[in-house]
Amino acid sequence: MTGTQTVAFVVNGEPRSITVEPRTLLADALRTDLRLTGTHLGCEHGVCGACTVIIDGRPVRSCLTFAVQAEGREVETVEALAGPDGELNSLQHRFQQHHGLQCGYCTPGILMSLTSLFRDNPVPTEGEIRDQIQGHICRCTGYQQMVDAAVEEATTNAGEAR
Amino acid sequence: MKPSAFTYHRPANLSEALETLGRYQDDAKVLAGGQSLVPVMNFRLAAPEHLVDINRVPELSGHEVAGGTVRMGALTRHHELLSSPGLRAAAPLLPLVGPFIGHPQIRSVGTLGGSLAHADASAELPGAMLALDATIVIRGPSGERRVPAGAFFRSYFTTALEPDDILTAVEFPVRRDRQGAAFREVAARHGDFAVAGVAAVVTLDADTDLIADARIAAISVADVPVRLSAAEDVLRGRAPDPDVLGEVRTAVQDVLDPPPALKASAAYKKRTTAALAAHVVERACAEAKREAA
Repeated sequence: MTGTQTVAFVVNGEPRSITVEPRTLLADALRTDLRLTGTHLGCEHGVCGACTVIIDGRPVRSCLTFAVQAEGREVETVEALAGPDGELNSLQHRFQQHHGLQCGYCTPGILMSLTSLFRDNPVPTEGEIRDQIQGHICRCTGYQQMVDAAVEEATTNAGEAR
Repeated sequence: MKPSAFTYHRPANLSEALETLGRYQDDAKVLAGGQSLVPVMNFRLAAPEHLVDINRVPELSGHEVAGGTVRMGALTRHHELLSSPGLRAAAPLLPLVGPFIGHPQIRSVGTLGGSLAHADASAELPGAMLALDATIVIRGPSGERRVPAGAFFRSYFTTALEPDDILTAVEFPVRRDRQGAAFREVAARHGDFAVAGVAAVVTLDADTDLIADARIAAISVADVPVRLSAAEDVLRGRAPDPDVLGEVRTAVQDVLDPPPALKASAAYKKRTTAALAAHVVERACAEAKREAA
């Protein structure tokens, strides 16, 4: 007798309520119950980083979080990044410009980790950028182009702050 | 790769959490950060019937520095080791250990109490607790018990915790004057499980600058984290000059008998641990002098 439970939380700024089994991973709840399929599942044991979302301001593996744990929390997924008409935000645009993705499977998680970094520290060093994405696996790019994209974002932020 | 079904409990306070664990005993598992438990549940290597989520138990959060003692709640997240200025001053070893624990996304959620209770032989924080001379604070059905870190770890993934116990906090002495700390580990890739790692907390004599006391702990060389007492004895009353550090390396190699691992032979683990021990002692002494200057 494990039943189902109702979870009320905020997803990308909107209050949402879903009914799930306790064993439902947050990643699966986002993808299946809320049809937010931007969050990808790779390894399902916390190693690859594809499923990273932001919970209460911090990057978190949604494959290592049960949906029931999100009760009352604020969750942000990659769908929150683009504008209302789908226009890419600055970081996404730089990924496109620098060829920071090829197949795109790992990209949502990496974007969410970098989004969290840029909020805490708008002008991270290249080392801090690499530290932030060390827990993500990409088999296409070799990482260099996404680092280039993030470094350019930091450089622009530094210029704007001046 | 999905966990099997379980009943979810979210106690609002410590007594409710203890009561729930007491009711289900071996059928229940505590869910803290979940960064080790949920992977093994996803693999179905663990299939607890009841999960007791302690993340909203207020008694387990926060840390305080008072009366010469640092007390850290079990729910202290790994990222707090890096970001809390108060903790940095009182326990400089912890911000040095923090970057080696998993990745930033793991450190967002993973907890101190969870790492200690899980007791992976290659985990950083169990070794750090030995070097800090920490006491593990446990609450069970018959009240609170306090266990020295050296007696808490029993074997692989096995500790002094009973099924109806909760690790509530750790306590250790605040950094003293002329005390320095250092930590280094070697892993196949950053964020991977450590092949070898050593933490050191060294106190220098105020008059002579010689080593008055050293606490050195190694991880990933046995079923539990290991105090390197022979190396500590070598150091007492001496300076970390090259000859003494050579004696430290020998002393470490003489006492260790590590099991070989997939990516490291026993001999490699021994040599690496010895080299890391000498390195962290030297660093800790330099830190002690720098802090005093």
